[in-house]
Amino acid sequence: MNQGRNLFRTLVLILGFAFLYIPIVSLIVYSFNSSRLVTVWGGFSTKWYGALLHNDQILNAAFLSLKIAAISATLAVVLGTLAGLVLARFGPFKGRTLLSGLTTAPLVMPEVITGLSLLLLFVTMEQIIGWPAGRGMTTIVISHITLTMAFVTVVVQSRLSQMDDSLEEAAMDLGARPHKVFFLITLPIIAPALMSGWLLAFTLSLDDLVITSFVAGPGSSTLPMVIFSKVRLGVSPDINALATILVAIVAVGVAITGIMMARQQQQRERDAQMALAANQQMIESVKKG
Amino acid sequence: MKPLLKRLGLQGRTAVTAVPYLWLLLFFLIPFVIVLKISFSTSQIAMPPYEPLLQWTGDKVMQIKLNLGNFAFLVEDDLYWKAYLNSIWVASVSTFFCLLLGYPIAYAIARSNPSARNILMLLIVLPFWTSFLLRVYAWIGILKNNGLLNNFLLWIGAIEQPIQMLQTDFAVYVGIVYSYLPFMILPLYANLEKMDLTLLEAAADLGCKPWQGFLKVTLPLSLPGIRAGCLLVFIPAVGEFVIPSLLGDPGMLMIGKVLWTEFFNNRDWPVASAVAIVLLLFLVVPMMYFQRAQDAEAGGVHR
Repeated sequence: MNQGRNLFRTLVLILGFAFLYIPIVSLIVYSFNSSRLVTVWGGFSTKWYGALLHNDQILNAAFLSLKIAAISATLAVVLGTLAGLVLARFGPFKGRTLLSGLTTAPLVMPEVITGLSLLLLFVTMEQIIGWPAGRGMTTIVISHITLTMAFVTVVVQSRLSQMDDSLEEAAMDLGARPHKVFFLITLPIIAPALMSGWLLAFTLSLDDLVITSFVAGPGSSTLPMVIFSKVRLGVSPDINALATILVAIVAVGVAITGIMMARQQQQRERDAQMALAANQQMIESVKKG
Repeated sequence: MKPLLKRLGLQGRTAVTAVPYLWLLLFFLIPFVIVLKISFSTSQIAMPPYEPLLQWTGDKVMQIKLNLGNFAFLVEDDLYWKAYLNSIWVASVSTFFCLLLGYPIAYAIARSNPSARNILMLLIVLPFWTSFLLRVYAWIGILKNNGLLNNFLLWIGAIEQPIQMLQTDFAVYVGIVYSYLPFMILPLYANLEKMDLTLLEAAADLGCKPWQGFLKVTLPLSLPGIRAGCLLVFIPAVGEFVIPSLLGDPGMLMIGKVLWTEFFNNRDWPVASAVAIVLLLFLVVPMMYFQRAQDAEAGGVHR
């Protein structure tokens, strides 16, 4: 019976992961197809990668998208950490429910609504205070911060509520001021959460099509906007090459993060062992003495 | 000295609270008020393409022009009603299949070796880190008439003619289930992984067969996870734009597409705003449920 259950579990996992990964693998395989017809195999070729390198439209859009993603992810981490800290540590206060609603709503809000509402805000602001003048990188960055800080808030809030707050309390008892406690104790402990929050915000920003299309102006086409306008006309092999490059970047990023985390884990274990050994030595010396 | 410091500490707290609060009020809440305002205005050919609601008509008289025509238009033209209902239907069916597929996967991972769990979950969220747009695009290559799936079915002899799969509702369901599956699995896994397995042992000791134990213990206990997963898939799926426009029939009515067309093609901002307001009304109840579930999950309440 147990074996039957194991078999069922393995089967479910194999089918589930096949469903998740076959489309991605197919993108990669066909990026090396020399035929323009994408799904008809015409022999191995890397010519689409070469074509990509000479496509200025895609290269410019990719550069703009990377710039926007780096700026918005960084600011989203700052704002999202503050919001997560307030929600997890400040206890009940007036307006907490509204804040928590405002941080979770962007997670599920259909993007067409968020995009439209942000655009109308920018137009109104321009009429009233003259800023932001026109639409472009600034408006895209503001919109992406608003969208992605919600994700950072959730990550930080859940990390903080799992964290043992006795360390913070100990520091307070020893006389550290709140901001010192935050920078010396809390921040180093939640640093991995901030890192994954930043990466999440970065990817979401790099990937966003709908909100960006609403708030972008002429001349500020991001990578997803260029891809969408190309893909709407059908499959095109250089998009497959682009997808493969993006997948490779993600794979390398994940591998590096994984190795770093494993190293940190090892370091922590080594420290713990050394502390234990020192402790042992001390006990023995006390016994001898 | 002490009260002064305390006051300073309190002010620091206020500042820390105020920064994200003001940001979200300005860039998330106020925009909805503006959408509501513009949904009552009249469209005109200008930039911005709507008439102001408040107007000074000389002699220090302020005129407020509320135009309910946009909402009346939504009711009169059955295109909008059909689009709303169809979007809710498509989102419901997709959510159901997401659950049907996501539950066994989350369950299988939660009951695997503890050392394997983290790697398996990493593999679940990994596709989420690659472009959503490109993952939807991949399905075009799989589902089109001379695509992977049709070629495979022809090769094994299951069909003799390619089946039209791209540009059908089926393709949209596949696309939504595929893109949103990790969102279903994450809360389900978090729930199932925490479950106290001794409860199942107790049920077995009392004579429950494994499937009875699942139906009477595991399933009811996992309801919060099911609820969170379904809301996380359903709410954004109702307003989905990219998947129906890339995989669906061009004539398929989805409200996200309608809003997009009103805004970008017809340049009718007031009607687009009215469409958004009505969509928001449909989603406000599920969103409040989601917010409550999220807040409980994030551990904000117990402090």
